Amino acid sequence: MSPAPARRRLRKSLPGLLLVSPSILAVGLFVYGLIFWNTRVAVSGRHDEVSPYGFDKGRDFVDLWHQPSWPGAVRHALLFTAVFVGGALLLGAFLAFLMDKGIRGEAGFRAVYLFPMAISFIASGVVWRWLMNPAPPERAVGLNQLFHKAGLGALANDWWQDPGWGMAAMALPAIWQMSGYVMALYLAGFRGVPEELREAARVDGASEWQVYRYVVFPRLRPVTLSALIILGHISLKVFDLIMAIAGKQIITYVPAVATYVEVFDRHDPANGATIATYLLVAVAVLVVPYLVWSVRTERVR
Amino acid sequence: MTRVLRPALLLLFAVLFLIPVYVLVVTSLKPFAEAGPQQAWSLPAHWSLAGWRSAWTTLRPGLVNSVKIAVTGSLLSAVLGSLNGYVLAKWRFPGADAVFTLFLFGMFIPYQAVMIPLAGLLTHLELAGTIRGLVLAHVVYGIPICTLIFRNYYVTVPDELVEAARVDGAGILRTYAWIVLPLSGPAFAVTLIWQFTSLWNDFLFAVFLGAPDSWPVTVLLNNTAGSGAVAVQYDQQMASALLASLPTLLVYLLLGRFFMRGLMAGALKG
Repeated sequence: MSPAPARRRLRKSLPGLLLVSPSILAVGLFVYGLIFWNTRVAVSGRHDEVSPYGFDKGRDFVDLWHQPSWPGAVRHALLFTAVFVGGALLLGAFLAFLMDKGIRGEAGFRAVYLFPMAISFIASGVVWRWLMNPAPPERAVGLNQLFHKAGLGALANDWWQDPGWGMAAMALPAIWQMSGYVMALYLAGFRGVPEELREAARVDGASEWQVYRYVVFPRLRPVTLSALIILGHISLKVFDLIMAIAGKQIITYVPAVATYVEVFDRHDPANGATIATYLLVAVAVLVVPYLVWSVRTERVR
Repeated sequence: MTRVLRPALLLLFAVLFLIPVYVLVVTSLKPFAEAGPQQAWSLPAHWSLAGWRSAWTTLRPGLVNSVKIAVTGSLLSAVLGSLNGYVLAKWRFPGADAVFTLFLFGMFIPYQAVMIPLAGLLTHLELAGTIRGLVLAHVVYGIPICTLIFRNYYVTVPDELVEAARVDGAGILRTYAWIVLPLSGPAFAVTLIWQFTSLWNDFLFAVFLGAPDSWPVTVLLNNTAGSGAVAVQYDQQMASALLASLPTLLVYLLLGRFFMRGLMAGALKG
């Protein structure tokens, strides 16, 4: 390569690089630098706030599993994720399916399904704490009282305080908040399927259900993937909602809450950082392949 | 059959979705005496604004902080996002795709994974517990999503417009100011709304990096949950939850169109 075009190319790309460089520096330091530093804390063996930083060769990543609260936290997060992601995905897709053909008052329905997304988990936690109040019938507020009044007393339950399935109840507010978003994604997906394709299948004698089954649904796979990734990473990180409804109780302990408790209550930075690293790895496993794939396919297009 | 069934199901779900709103509004307008378990689901016998008044007194400092954080933070985020998106879409440099991918990953990270060193870093910068510290954190971690929204918007601007300005000898900033910025209105609206909503609703950054002086409304709201030692003041709690949500709800109701587009941008390829 002769020097002249190289210099020209440099002159062409330098201004852009300069303009983005503050952001590159900021993201480099605050995202990647601090992730590195957090990992450093995780292997420091610094289990109080005064010891110097050592190096424990990653022992804390193993020791954590022997702590009484940790395996439960992982189990809670997985159960929450399964119910929340599955529930929001199915409900959102179903609502979009119902609206696909167009419906009177569509804008109104959309607004109703979507507005919960504008509310913070903390605020919706206040009302869901009330709705999912587990108190006995004479003192119960919320859904339990409604069930008793409607003669459906058998439906009354302990909600998130149930030791086995509590986290499934905890997923209900999250489904309420996020399924409208999934609905919007799927509705855009449904509407993106060209009408000619559906028509062609109908001409070939396909029933309306077969049109969906063989023409429409297969084209929604990218939407499903996006929705899965977005719901999945929200779910693994869930913190606000649980703090608002249950606080730091062991019965709803999850990794994101555990980080907070280790740092602020147990004053154990190494444990907090170790848990945070596990969270990061879980999210990275989910997201990185997706990001690489999106950027690459976009470039091909 | 389906012509009846579809709207009926949609209506049913709409009612279910609105139950929490009924509870919030009705309970917030009850006097304390009626807000207990006895008449939990009934309309107020006597309407009362006592809950709202007490919510306003409790939350006011947090509301002020939230306004400062969310307004400043979202403005700065939008400016940065616009410049980055412009370069990544129209003024590309070698490695731009890699930079973009690395930015995007920053959008998904669990912020717990940076919170411990971040708190230390802010202490070093003497920004720990301050509003400026919170704004800094929000702006930095907002770079990925804002860059994404603007980049995806600018990709749709014809290259010829930018090329023409370049041929006329305009540099990167002049091209931005003359050609790109005037077209950027919708992307600014989407970004500002998106950032305002997420900054207003933030709780994680606030509890890790804030202090009583700088706590936004979400933290104060969460602190009203009470200890359970006294009878829970549901009227005040519901009024507080509504009051804390009003700004984002208003934004959503008035500018829902742009809110939707922001959501779609969050899905990368919506």
